[in-house]
Amino acid sequence: MTRYAIDVHGLAKRFGDRQVVSGLDLRVPEGEICGFLGGNGSGKTTTIRMLCGLLTPDAGGGTCLGLDVIKQSAEIRLQVGYMTQRFSFYGELTVKENLDFVARLYQLPNRGKVVADMLERMGLADRAEQFARNLSGGWKQRMALAACVLHRPKLLLLDEPTAGVDAKARREFWDLINDMAAEGMTVLVSTHYMDEAERCKRIVYLSGGRLIVQGTAEDVVRDAALVVFDLTGEGIDKVSKRLRGAPGIESATIFGRALRVVGLDRDAMRASLATIATEPGIVTEEVPARLDDVFIHLLQEPTA
Amino acid sequence: MSGFSFNRFLAVLHKETLEMRRDKATIGLTVMLPLIQLFLFGYALNANPRHLPTGVLTGEESRYSRDLEAALRNTGYFDLRRFASEAEADTALARGDVLFVLNIPAGFTRDVDNGRKPAILMDADATDPTAIAQASAAVNALNATVLQRDLPVPLQNQTGGAPFQIIVHSRYNPEAITAINVVPGLIGVIVSFSTLVITALTMTREREAGTMENLLSMPVRPLEVMFGKILPYVGLGYVQVFLILAVSVAVFGVPVHGSIPLLLAVLGLFIACNLALGFTFSTIARTQMQAQQLAQFALLPSMMLSGFIYPFAGMPLWARAIGEVLPLTHIIRIARGILLKGNGFAEIAGDVWPMAVFAVAATGVAVWSYRETLD
Repeated sequence: MTRYAIDVHGLAKRFGDRQVVSGLDLRVPEGEICGFLGGNGSGKTTTIRMLCGLLTPDAGGGTCLGLDVIKQSAEIRLQVGYMTQRFSFYGELTVKENLDFVARLYQLPNRGKVVADMLERMGLADRAEQFARNLSGGWKQRMALAACVLHRPKLLLLDEPTAGVDAKARREFWDLINDMAAEGMTVLVSTHYMDEAERCKRIVYLSGGRLIVQGTAEDVVRDAALVVFDLTGEGIDKVSKRLRGAPGIESATIFGRALRVVGLDRDAMRASLATIATEPGIVTEEVPARLDDVFIHLLQEPTA
Repeated sequence: MSGFSFNRFLAVLHKETLEMRRDKATIGLTVMLPLIQLFLFGYALNANPRHLPTGVLTGEESRYSRDLEAALRNTGYFDLRRFASEAEADTALARGDVLFVLNIPAGFTRDVDNGRKPAILMDADATDPTAIAQASAAVNALNATVLQRDLPVPLQNQTGGAPFQIIVHSRYNPEAITAINVVPGLIGVIVSFSTLVITALTMTREREAGTMENLLSMPVRPLEVMFGKILPYVGLGYVQVFLILAVSVAVFGVPVHGSIPLLLAVLGLFIACNLALGFTFSTIARTQMQAQQLAQFALLPSMMLSGFIYPFAGMPLWARAIGEVLPLTHIIRIARGILLKGNGFAEIAGDVWPMAVFAVAATGVAVWSYRETLD
């Protein structure tokens, strides 16, 4: 039987007259990396905050690490590491002092060694004495991650941990996350980056406070049943404008040398392409859909 | 994670102390502000000006009038000059050339000798009530003795007051504020200014910086956060107290008749009142701006209703009732009592317990209003 690190159902949260999350069911098996996706304002942060007890759900319930999310939020906090979207450590404290503060709040035994080991593991040892406010974006995120995993949580909740961080730092950050998952930690990570989503074992897509899609990246792509054509050759820039809004065509976007045309109805799309993309130099080819095609498609869904 | 953890409290305390120590601007302000305020208020409110320009209109030249003028001069408060006419004197008073006009009426000598106790009118420029208060007090003090030497024998031995009276005309009721009276009150005012405002900002700063979310997601209890965050500022409050006391004694010559340790101990309670209130404000306020406004909202009535600026006894009952709730009212009484009157604990106990009640109540509200979630 699969054990779930997160198993909640019917979660709902309203702020004023805005329903931010409604009827959200979410299950994440232990030890998985789960990508939490969705547009801005889709309810990702609110859901994460409800999972770690920072917000009380208006409705619904369930368990986090086998503990009741409403009644046992205090116990959950002890076993969860939560990395906020915004850097939320003390700029006037050094990296080491920040970690030390966290270690003391969790009352970790052998604090000095735990902090030193973590600094070493995260590659922060050279920067231990730097004030946190002086760190660059990438290092700040790394320090925040170090602080979140200091108490060896069983569940790690990361809210857009790599927003605004360069590609190299992102890759290194993800290597660290993978290592932790390999050690048995369950990770729920929200992101806007497709390459990061593809690194997740499972993807959950939120829109308008509702869970729209969940599954592996392959499942999500297959279930969306998108039809994608790549057009190459002279004149695709002119064609793209004419294709937008044509029957069956949901989007027509230029990526470098190719025009990517996405839709659901293959026959309608073929018909539109045949009448509109008539330039002699254009080559049309059907290609498999990618994850980003699916998300752009989901973001455009009017019902979402 | 139930209950109060001393270690977690220490962690918050340590972190807050580090932050405070590195906040050079705040440290500078907490040292400089009390000094500036002390000198500003101390001198401004304590001005005990002497040699005030005073006009004299006299309806007669007599021994008595000369005695009176000499006596006024001898107080050191008045520099006299003669005016020929009432109109001239009025103009000088209106212009501010003189602050007082003494009007010795014609027939003064005759009326004194007849035991009619004539009245001498002294007009005062009421735009500077502090100055008038001092000088007026001096005037009242000299009534009984001035004419003693020159009085006819039957009147010399007369009891029942002076043979004449000076009526000071001023629009304001002169207050008996003396330098020595104001500075002990300032101790309370300055300490509440800084401690209340600074603590009001501590929690809102965490909220604005986003660190609150992180703090809340960790296993730390409200009391631990509260005490840990407040205690460094108690230390800062005491630094201010020492500064103010030192300057008060050295510069303003405030006497120390009572026990300084007792005063320090009671000030601790007073600081606790302010910090708890400040902490409450900071849990209510969403932004630092709001917190600051709340703090000012509490400070202004404190200043007005505590007896610091206006005599407590002169206020209507309802205002006094509010004043009795305010910690500042009690600490001002205590500070004046200990420093000036040499009061011991027995005398000040009546002002200590209301502060203790306030401190406990404010702490309760602060803990109650501390939210452990972001809801």
